[in-house]
Amino acid sequence: MFPRTTSHPRPAARSRAGGGPRTADSPGTPDAPGEPGPAAAPRAKPAPRVGRRGEGIWGWLFVSPMVTILGLFMVLPILMALWVSLLNWDGQSNPFSTDAQFVGLDNYRDLLTRDGLDRTLFATSLRNNLYYVLLTVPLQTGVALTLALIVNQKLLRGRGALRTAFFFPSVTSSIAVSTVFLFLFQGSGAVNTALSWIGVKGPNWFNDPRGVLSLLLGGLGIVDPDDPSGALAGHSFLGLSWFEWLSGPSVAMCTIILLAVWTTSGTFMLIFLAALQDIPRELEESAAIEGVSRFQMLRYVILPALRPVLFLVLTLGLIATWQVFDQVYVMGQGAPGNTTLTPAFLSYASAFDNADFGQGMAIAFILLALILTMTVLQRFLLRERTPRPRRTR
Amino acid sequence: MPHRSATAALVTCAAMLAATGCSSNFGDDKKTEQDTGSKQHLTVLIASSGDAETKAVKEAAAAYAKQSGNTVTVQLAKDINQQLAQSFAGHKPPDAFYVNSDQFANYAKGGSLYAYGDQIKDADDFSAQLRTSFTYDGKLVCLPKDTSTLALAINDDLWKKAGLTEKDYPTTWAQLKTVADKLTKGDVTGLVTSGEYARLGVFMRQAGGWITNDDQTKMTADSAQNTEALDYVRSLLKSGSMKYASQVDTNWGGEALGKGKAAMTIEGNWLIGGMKADYPDVKYTAVPLPAGPAGEGTLAFSQCWGVAQESAHRAAAVDLVKYLTTSEQMLKNADAFGVMPSRTSALAEYATKNPDAKAWVDASAHAQGPVTVAGFEKVLTQFNTDLAALPNTDPKKILADLQRNGEQALTKGN
Repeated sequence: MFPRTTSHPRPAARSRAGGGPRTADSPGTPDAPGEPGPAAAPRAKPAPRVGRRGEGIWGWLFVSPMVTILGLFMVLPILMALWVSLLNWDGQSNPFSTDAQFVGLDNYRDLLTRDGLDRTLFATSLRNNLYYVLLTVPLQTGVALTLALIVNQKLLRGRGALRTAFFFPSVTSSIAVSTVFLFLFQGSGAVNTALSWIGVKGPNWFNDPRGVLSLLLGGLGIVDPDDPSGALAGHSFLGLSWFEWLSGPSVAMCTIILLAVWTTSGTFMLIFLAALQDIPRELEESAAIEGVSRFQMLRYVILPALRPVLFLVLTLGLIATWQVFDQVYVMGQGAPGNTTLTPAFLSYASAFDNADFGQGMAIAFILLALILTMTVLQRFLLRERTPRPRRTR
Repeated sequence: MPHRSATAALVTCAAMLAATGCSSNFGDDKKTEQDTGSKQHLTVLIASSGDAETKAVKEAAAAYAKQSGNTVTVQLAKDINQQLAQSFAGHKPPDAFYVNSDQFANYAKGGSLYAYGDQIKDADDFSAQLRTSFTYDGKLVCLPKDTSTLALAINDDLWKKAGLTEKDYPTTWAQLKTVADKLTKGDVTGLVTSGEYARLGVFMRQAGGWITNDDQTKMTADSAQNTEALDYVRSLLKSGSMKYASQVDTNWGGEALGKGKAAMTIEGNWLIGGMKADYPDVKYTAVPLPAGPAGEGTLAFSQCWGVAQESAHRAAAVDLVKYLTTSEQMLKNADAFGVMPSRTSALAEYATKNPDAKAWVDASAHAQGPVTVAGFEKVLTQFNTDLAALPNTDPKKILADLQRNGEQALTKGN
């Protein structure tokens, strides 16, 4: 489940109140605790740089192994895939010869503007994944933070055991976990048996394509899920009616969401825990002396200190959830009723099942653009606010 | 620093060009040099249904190796579609391999399959429908390795319990509905099968319709016959005397039959092996599917033995395939893992040896072969998805969507 990306946005060092940058200060003099370190200490007089040119060359020399590896195994394949996304290529010829027909942006047009099966499937997969992200990311972040706060309590007994227990799902193979979930959530499986004890008749989880929002609306009598009418059914976007967009994740998708939250929150708990332990005791102590309540401590001391880590967790979560593949591959491959179809799986299916590698790549690049947009947007929303002018009392 | 970034860009570009140029796998040489030596080494990639099949193929390959002097390595694929796609892209395909019918047209269109049909003198011996399925551009490309058809399998105990006798085996749609209603009681559903076109398609054939025309050049999905068929299935589903396998917590009809959740199911001859392995105590009878308004109809499935266009050992590979598709070998396979021979001559012998499989053997005379059109996989997957929702959807809409999606794929595919 942990994202396959190699470049993690690092938690910026600036959160460590009191801990200043390690340079630009004569070594040996520790920063006075509590005092803001010489954060943006300007290099007033840089040491005379001898042989700057030489340094540059040496620098390139030292990074060249990594640059070569990244270039050869990441940048080059990505550019090749970008080229393939402009072709009508069946994977059985040389994509860099005239055998593969160049079709320009046709693959993208099929997915975004041209009415047809491709667009409907793509829109469906986007809808499914959107609900998946909207539910999974806040839930897993919330659960992870709560768990981290619990196991960070110094008075808690058996912290080690609890930490291990919470972290355990993350180190288990996602394929194995998915298979176990398949059995748990069968129509006559353990979950439904447990539900029947309290008199609830559970759905046939993995075979239930009904959207939970539409079930909710249907239950309230606002729309008839079997036969939607009015503006919801009359208007459509990307080939899906508004009703289909708004019907929410299916029962089957909710099960996958549950699984994702369960497996990933352990990983993120670990990240939060590391950050929590990084908050200086002095900060909490001085807050305690000020007489803050526990909630205020969380709201005004701990959470602000966690902001960079929160950004990291949200970004990792966002990227991983938009790329969800293995659970879908094991649990349904789109079934029931295409409600567990995700762009990542659709990309695989177009390339390998339909021998349409061009379209598969096009889906991958639209997904890339989507993830980048989301990350930028999220970075903007979570940005460090510029210090307000000091209020005068 | 514009100067430095320009240098960096230049170096990157040069590195990429070098990398692209050096990758020998993207060579353009269309003609693969043929090996003419007397001792050739062949690789064979198969997607096995189980140990029995693996063993049978390996033994046959070893026997061929002994007879011909060539050596043969049989490899097992985990995901044959993906592995073949990869090997075609890398220009290092195995010499001979199983080709799934849903991928056949994609490979044939991409020029990865060596059409050896004209080198087979007795090709007429193979079932005509399957030959049509594995013909591309008017040429028989590869030989069907075996065949399977669909029939109606009935749980004997449940049948008797409902007070029915052998005389009540349904031969018409109306009779099928009557017995399904009678058999549905408590946990037992009259008819259970998978909600996909590879099962429900039999009703379309029985009504006289099908997804495409005979030579797979035009969509005929939105015909009145197909609508009639799906209307009939829908009425059965709505009455509760028919259910999809997933609705009764099973993966396929055979499991439902074995667990006693279904009194009848529509399944292929692989049921014999499946029941023997998982539910040896359950007694069942296979009877021909009932006839619809347009007479009898069923579906046939197969895989074919593909030979790679880019193989350096095409002649030897064809030789191997010939050896593997002799009547003798097919009958051996039938014994080993329960498939039916795709040669009509061998099929007759198979029928005398396996009287229980009579319904399936007889069905191959009027069976419809699989749809093999390039780029059709997603169309049919979508059709299956729609069929799963048949109880709540108008059959006309499902068929209209299929018609539209199929037409788009046909224009793109040809």
